[in-house]
Amino acid sequence: MVNIIIVILMLLGLFFFFGTAVGVVHFPDFYSRMHAAGKGDTLSTALILTGLALYHLQDFNLDTLLVSGKIMSIVLYIFIASPTATHAIMDAGYESGIQHLSNLERKNKQKGETK
Amino acid sequence: MITSAFSNPMEFFFIMIGVCLLLFMFLPLYRVVRGPTVITRILGVNVIGTKTTVLIILIGTIYNRVEMFVDIAIAYALLNFIVSLAASRFFQRHKAINIEEDEEW
Repeated sequence: MVNIIIVILMLLGLFFFFGTAVGVVHFPDFYSRMHAAGKGDTLSTALILTGLALYHLQDFNLDTLLVSGKIMSIVLYIFIASPTATHAIMDAGYESGIQHLSNLERKNKQKGETK
Repeated sequence: MITSAFSNPMEFFFIMIGVCLLLFMFLPLYRVVRGPTVITRILGVNVIGTKTTVLIILIGTIYNRVEMFVDIAIAYALLNFIVSLAASRFFQRHKAINIEEDEEW
């Protein structure tokens, strides 16, 4: 019974990570890639690690409780740190002058009109 | 290896999840190799590093040595966060590196 919950959690995590990977490759713009990477990566990591913590908690004693607690502490840490890293990378990109997609399209259109 | 995998179906499932994660991690690697700017490469490295934390714990589960691998995974998560912060703060100052005008973005 618990195995079914674990399988569902991990398959959901795999699905969200597939979305993240496709978004990072296929989105047209730096900021939209950032959006795909920031959200899907955090959620898929949390789902897969929660499934693993449940799996280790099945035969309940002090050792497995410690391992599951450590895995859940990694989840908590990633929930705080991954959006922070995403924000820092996005801030660096904005400060160093990476253009938004609409700006680039407008610039290309103006260039085509002047030619 | 194969017989032990089929004797425990959850272990076989974990191996399959690990293989799928490894295959999906090659897609951000494409963005790292061919990213238009430096910051996009840092983004791809961040995604791959976060998934490596998951992969380390999966490997520990498959080998029945989680109590050792979990500490490695904690250290890896901490280092990955510091690497992303340091690299992005470093390239924030270097404006000339990032702007590649008239390229595809």
